[in-house]
This record gives sequence, C-alpha cells and structure tokens, in this order.
Amino acid sequence: MADNPNPNIEEFAATPAEAPAKKKGVKRRIFLAGSALLVGGGVFGLYWSDNSARSRAKSLTTGEGEHNFLSWMKIAEDDTVTLFSPHIDFGQGTHTALGQMLADELDADWSKLKVVQAPSDIAFANTALVQSFLGEMSGYPGVIGALPAAIVGMLSRSMNIQITGGSSAVRFTGQGGMRVIGAAVRLALIEEAANRLDVSASELTTADSKVTHAASGRSLRYGELAAGAAGRSLSSAPTLKSRKDYKLIGKPVVRLDIPSKVDGSAVYGIDFTLPDMRVATIAAAPVRGGKLQSVDEAPAMAVPGVEKVVKLDDAVVVVAKGYWQALKGLNALAPTFTNGGHSAMSTPAIYTAQDKLREAGKPDNTAGEGDVDAGFKAAGAKRVSADFRVPFLHHAMMEPFALTAHFKDGKLEMWGGLQDPISTRARAAKAAGLDMGDVIFNPMIMGGGFGRRFPDVVEIIDQVALVAKQVPYPVKLVWSREEEVRHGTYRPQSSARLEATLDAEGRITAWRNDYVQRDNAEGEVGFIYAIPATSRRHFAYTSNQIDGPWRSVNSTQHGFYNESFIDELAHAAGEDPYRFRRKHLPDGSRHQKVLDEVAQRSGWGTPLPEATGRGIAIVESFGTIVAEVIEATVNADGSPKVLKAWAVVDCGTTVNPLNAEAQIAGGIIMGLSATIGEAITLDKGAVTQSNFGDYPVLKLADAPPVIDVHFIESDAAMGGIGEPGVPPASAALANALFAATGKRIRTLPLLTQAKA
Amino acid sequence: MAIGFSVNGKDVSVAAEPDTPLLWVLREDLALTGTKFGCGIAACGACSVHVDGELTRSCSVPVSEVAGKAVTTIEGLKGADGTLHAVQRAWIAAQVPQCGYCQSGQIMAAVALIERTGTPSNAQIDEAMTNICRCGTYPRIRSAILAATGSAAAAVTGEA
Repeated sequence: MADNPNPNIEEFAATPAEAPAKKKGVKRRIFLAGSALLVGGGVFGLYWSDNSARSRAKSLTTGEGEHNFLSWMKIAEDDTVTLFSPHIDFGQGTHTALGQMLADELDADWSKLKVVQAPSDIAFANTALVQSFLGEMSGYPGVIGALPAAIVGMLSRSMNIQITGGSSAVRFTGQGGMRVIGAAVRLALIEEAANRLDVSASELTTADSKVTHAASGRSLRYGELAAGAAGRSLSSAPTLKSRKDYKLIGKPVVRLDIPSKVDGSAVYGIDFTLPDMRVATIAAAPVRGGKLQSVDEAPAMAVPGVEKVVKLDDAVVVVAKGYWQALKGLNALAPTFTNGGHSAMSTPAIYTAQDKLREAGKPDNTAGEGDVDAGFKAAGAKRVSADFRVPFLHHAMMEPFALTAHFKDGKLEMWGGLQDPISTRARAAKAAGLDMGDVIFNPMIMGGGFGRRFPDVVEIIDQVALVAKQVPYPVKLVWSREEEVRHGTYRPQSSARLEATLDAEGRITAWRNDYVQRDNAEGEVGFIYAIPATSRRHFAYTSNQIDGPWRSVNSTQHGFYNESFIDELAHAAGEDPYRFRRKHLPDGSRHQKVLDEVAQRSGWGTPLPEATGRGIAIVESFGTIVAEVIEATVNADGSPKVLKAWAVVDCGTTVNPLNAEAQIAGGIIMGLSATIGEAITLDKGAVTQSNFGDYPVLKLADAPPVIDVHFIESDAAMGGIGEPGVPPASAALANALFAATGKRIRTLPLLTQAKA
Repeated sequence: MAIGFSVNGKDVSVAAEPDTPLLWVLREDLALTGTKFGCGIAACGACSVHVDGELTRSCSVPVSEVAGKAVTTIEGLKGADGTLHAVQRAWIAAQVPQCGYCQSGQIMAAVALIERTGTPSNAQIDEAMTNICRCGTYPRIRSAILAATGSAAAAVTGEA
C-alpha cells in the first residue's frame, strides 16, 4: 500500500459538466419519480404516489428542530446533516461514500455529516436501485448487461425492497440519487438565503454548510436556512459539479464507522440483547431438502438452562438461557432426518452429471456472435480445448447468522443484519402467517455478508419467526459455525469446456464456452476480447443445493475460465500472455490501458528467481475493469505461495480511494483464498465440511504482504468496487503457477491439485 | 456455582456452569460483546482475549479455568482516561477494519505480539497473526502493527 498513495486524486482531467438530467414530464418539484436514474443526473428514488408515504418517512426520521428534504436527508438547526442510506454498510464503505457524494454537492461541512441506516419501511424502499438495474424499465438497456442475473432475479420480484448488492450503492444510489438530492437542496438553501438577504441568488456562494454573500460579508448557516428551504420547491434537474470542483468525491476520506470497530463498541446483530431474551440454536437436516423425522426432546430438556425444544419442518431448535446451554441441549439430541431423495448427490457425481449434460449438446441458452463452427473448421486453424471445474464456495462471513425476534400482541419485531430489510419483513411475514404491516425489522451492522445475507436465501428469517411465535419472550437464534458451513447458499459448483482456434498469425478466430451450472450467467461472462466468432452456451444443472450470489457472483468462475484459457492460447501460439491478451483488445481501449498499466507496475517480463512465476488476468465485472498480476512460487509440500500482487482498476471515478483500495485488496485476498484451498463438497447429499478446520480461509501469513492497487480515473460510467477485485485473482494465480512449474491447473481449489 | 475472576481490572463473580466457555460468560453474563463468536473451535481467533497476559481464544476455555485470573477484553484496552491503546490508534490510522467483526480479536492478538516481542518482524507477524479476516484486511493489519511499533517499514495508507 505504501507504493500506492492513492494516485491521481489530484490529477483529474477536466471533464465536461454532467449531462443534463432527463425530466420525463416531472416539473420543478421533485417527486423523486423513478425515471431517469443513471450516471449524469436524473431523478432518484421513490415515486411518491401519495403524500402519506412522504409524511410517513418524515415522521419516522425527523424530530424537533430538524427539517426533512425528500425523505432521504434532513438538516438540523445546529447544521447537522443526516443522510438516510437505503443500503447497509457491512464494511464496504457505502455509508461514507454516499455521505461524500451528498455532502460534496450540498457543500456541507463534512464534520457535521451523519449517515444512518434508513428505516426498513416502504417509504425508504430502494426503487431507484431496481429501476437502475432493470434496463427495460428505465430505458437504459445497457445497464442490465452489467448485472448478475441472480441479482436481477431477486430485484425483479418486488419493487419494495432495500437491497445492498451488485456493487450498486455508489454507482446508482450515489450517482443518480444522493448527488442530485444534495445539489437540489443546495439550490433551495441559496434561494432561501437570497430571499432573506434580499440579494440575487447569483451573488451567493456556498461552502462548509454556509451560504455567503461576499459583497456584504454576510452569511447564513444551513441550520438557519433549513426551515425555510424545506418549504421551497426543489429543482428536479440541478446541475451537478464537474470533476474539477469535487471537494469530497475522489478524496481519501476516513470511514465513519471505524472507531466503533476498534474498541468493541460496534453492536452487530449477534450482539443484540433484550430483557428476558432467550438464546436458541438449531440443527437443520444435514441433507438440504431433507425433513425432520423424529426427535426425543428429553435429553435436551435435561440440560440445565434449556427451556424448550421446537420442531420445525426440516430442523430442530433448542431454546435456552444462553447460547452454551442451547448448544449443549442440541448436542444431546439425536434427531433423525430424511435425505430428501438426494443420497446419490456427491461432488464427483455432480461433475459426471455436468459432463454428460454438456456432451448431450442441448444448451438451455446460447449467446455470442459470428459463426464459431465455421471458425473451428477453417483450414490451417489450430484448435485448443480445455475443461475447467470449480467447487461450491462458502461465504464464511465472520459473524454467523443471528437474528432476534419477539412476537407480542400479534406483531413480530426483529433485529439483525441482512442485506435487504424490507424483503426480510416480507419473508418473515410469510413464514409467520402475518401481514407485512405487522412485522418490524431493525437492521443492524453485519459481520460480513458477501452475498449470503440476501433475504431470498436466508432461512433463519423463517426459523426465528416460527420459533418466536411459540415462546412468550424475545428469542435470539444463533447459528453455529457448523450450521453456517453446512447450510450455505454456495457459489455454484460449475464446469466448463472452452475451445478456440488460432490462425497462422496467432490470432484467435473462434471461441466457445460451454458451461454447466444452474443459472444462465450471460451478462456476467465478461468477455472483453475482440474475436470474430464467439459462442457461450449454458447447460442448466440443478443440484440439491441453493446456488447463492457469492462476492462477484458468476464472474468468479467465468473469470477463471476465460483468463486461464486465454493464457493457454497464448502459450499455444508461443506468445507472451500479456502481449497476447493485448493484441486481442481494441487499440486505445480502457481494457488495454488497464492491462498495460498492470504490466508496467508489476515489471512484467523482467527476470524472476528459479521456480517463481508471474500470472496475469483481466476481468470486467459490475462496470469495473480490473487487471491483476500475481507473483507466486510453490512450497516444498507442493502448496502455492503467493509472493506479490498488483491490481490496476478502472471504475470510472473512485469516490473514496482509501476505501476503494481496501475493497480491491480484500477482493484479491478472498479470490486467492478460494483458489488455493476452499471447497464445499457433497457426500450423499450432505456437505462434508464443518468449520474452518476443513474449510480453510486464507490467513495473514499466506496473503501477499503488500498489494499494489492503482486506479485509472476515466470518464466512463461509475463502476462497482466491492466485488470486481475478486474475479481475476484465481486465473492470475493459476497462470503464475503454470509459469513457475509448467503445470496447468484447470480444477480448483489448487490444494487438492497439489495433493493429487 | 459462583466463579470469581477479574475482567478489565474489575472483580466479577458469575453463576455459570463450570464448562461454559469464557466467551459466552463475557458476552452473555457480563455484556462484553466486543469479544466475538466466530467458530467455537479456537480456529478463527475472533474471541481472542488476554488471560493473565496470555493471548487466549475464549471460545475454548471453560470459565472454571480462569477462576482467580485476570481477563482483559477489547473493552479493557483503553487507558483509564479513555484514550485508545496505541494499537487501536494505529488500526484507525491505517483504516484497517472493513466489516470489523474479527478486529477485536485481531487487535488483542497484535497487542499480545507486541508485548511479547517489542518490535515484531514480518516473520513474527506471519507466525503470530493467525486470526481469520474474511474481508481480507491482512495487508493493513500488517502495516498497522508495524506502525504501532514505530517500524520504519510501516506502510500506513494516506489519511484525509
């Protein structure tokens, strides 16, 4: 990191002012209609179909001496500006970034800005996010291609959600929302000041939460102006700052949440407690799809502190005074479960079934350009083929699932950390047989998520809702780590055959990717190379597991497939892997610049010690291009040793370079961890692994000591930052090990290869 | 059965089953929730505390074993006047935490390492810092430890 002092922060190229916002018939007053939402302006958020939703939002958030603007922010008379974030911050720095974007346009004093979680109320549903994502609705068809189908699927089920995912908060909510709100409110404050000072608005300037009339030396604080400004009409299309005028966007701002995370005072979902609360823990059917057959409750009830055993359809729950008693009670039980008819489901069987499905040659979806078959048959073409396999991956968020619920007087109140508070309410209501209006959810900070906390795939919501209905006190249900590992919603186990042909000049003429997994990943294959004929064919295979979004979703495996295979093609063509990639990228493209920069920074091509190799990979995901170089060698026991890592990133504009660097570096480490040692395997339908002992997550000693992360600022639409660091890492490492050893790795994780 | 020991300088007595792990006594009986539950098998280090100055994974130590001993948790690292420990300050300066969940344990491990070695080398950091961080904050953990011990090699990222 020392090598990367957040370059380019002060070197923004002058850019044209942001494109004017699209009005779509909305006049001066912002109704926050979810119309045009993307980069360059537009209108954010909710369509206020009636005033009651708006006054509801206000009543939920705004007290005496405070003035609400557009529901999403308020100004207090002491100048404090509070932003309500529909997104949850689980360490990705979203709250700080959204605050920077609002405060920059508002010219607010950063030291008086607070970002808090928006209430989990439909008045704060993130319709903006949905509409930004769903291209056909917003009129931006290009957007949908940048999104994982898995996330679009979840989004499309309901407009009334508050999702955090898809590396979306900053690029959609921030760009299309918070900046516009900040700019519009600033104009209203100026209008109010002009009226009070009896001067023209054009004579006024704003800075540090004050409006100043330089000619007369008078100024008014935002806190003094807020009441009047709140009654004014707001522009629906304020001009946004151009890059050269940014004061906070693009600056390395320290994160707001960090002090509470170094002194133990941050309260996560698992830390929550209520008077008279009991703690419960659970054992679900070992085979996903299995049901609880029978259980004798007596041994658990005999454990001191145990108060109740609750039988669910597919699980048994023990409720006790505390976690330890509950766990002892659970361990005393010998429940029997059915296997759901999945006894033949094992990891080798899944690969065999996937191979058969692919060989049958009946894809469920096809995409691509040109005639690949003709390319394959062309005279003189050199044909290369390789088969790749990747395992299920567990999220391994450090905070195991924990959710507190209290059912009282027909209402269910819950506390915990999940990626979409409103969907959490909907799911709990359904499970408990309640109206959504009778379910309250209080979102809390999360100890990691990485895609595991989307309510769509979170069974603990149903479990705790059902348990709470059976007990007269509040109950916190905590999953053990074993439960967490064995009942994940994993990155899919997937396989692919890649085939390509090279012409006499070493150019790729045709490329096919036949991949097998449950979901169609079109839109996430991130294919960036200019090749005359390409084909992507999806073969749908469903196991008994739930495939969930895992940090960077399908880009992890497709990054590995594509970037391993193009490396193989480079060697088949007898060319340097960096130069071979480069010649297949459009000249002058962002991709080429990113690739060149990482090659230059990593000293690509310079001599290395014996048995040490460099690998390169470049993947575009979530609108961000990331190229990585890994330098690696092999330990005496055959395990890989990562020595150094470089990343070059083009995400358009970096809102907070200090945080963005951490996100990319962390993404690389997560990618390396998965590549080296992580795998969830199935035996007779049940997960074999149980805890960190057999699901090895990379530790400090095995991570590269320093990761050089460099950002290229471009004028491209803003890309995500939480996920795109992950996908290139696996191929970059596998390619480095090939360079070091001559052994090509096509099945992950590497450790099983080393032992094989 | 009451078991007595001290936590962060204060004597406490808890009525817990003797086999209850220290972790759950800290979190549920003493409301010190800065110490985290991560795995329950002493594999991840999220529950790290100091017992008589020794780095200890509290999920795997029965409370009966700490009777009469002095336990320090993340909440007890601050000075009497409320100032943060040098390692905590270094953690903020290096902007280490992401989700933050493992960081109490990481800080407790780092403090123990520094108390034991003075100025730890990179190899000593590799050997001692075995706590898991899923967010991948390891490079900043390393740089914060180096910065806290005044190492010239400290690679603290820029600050606003």
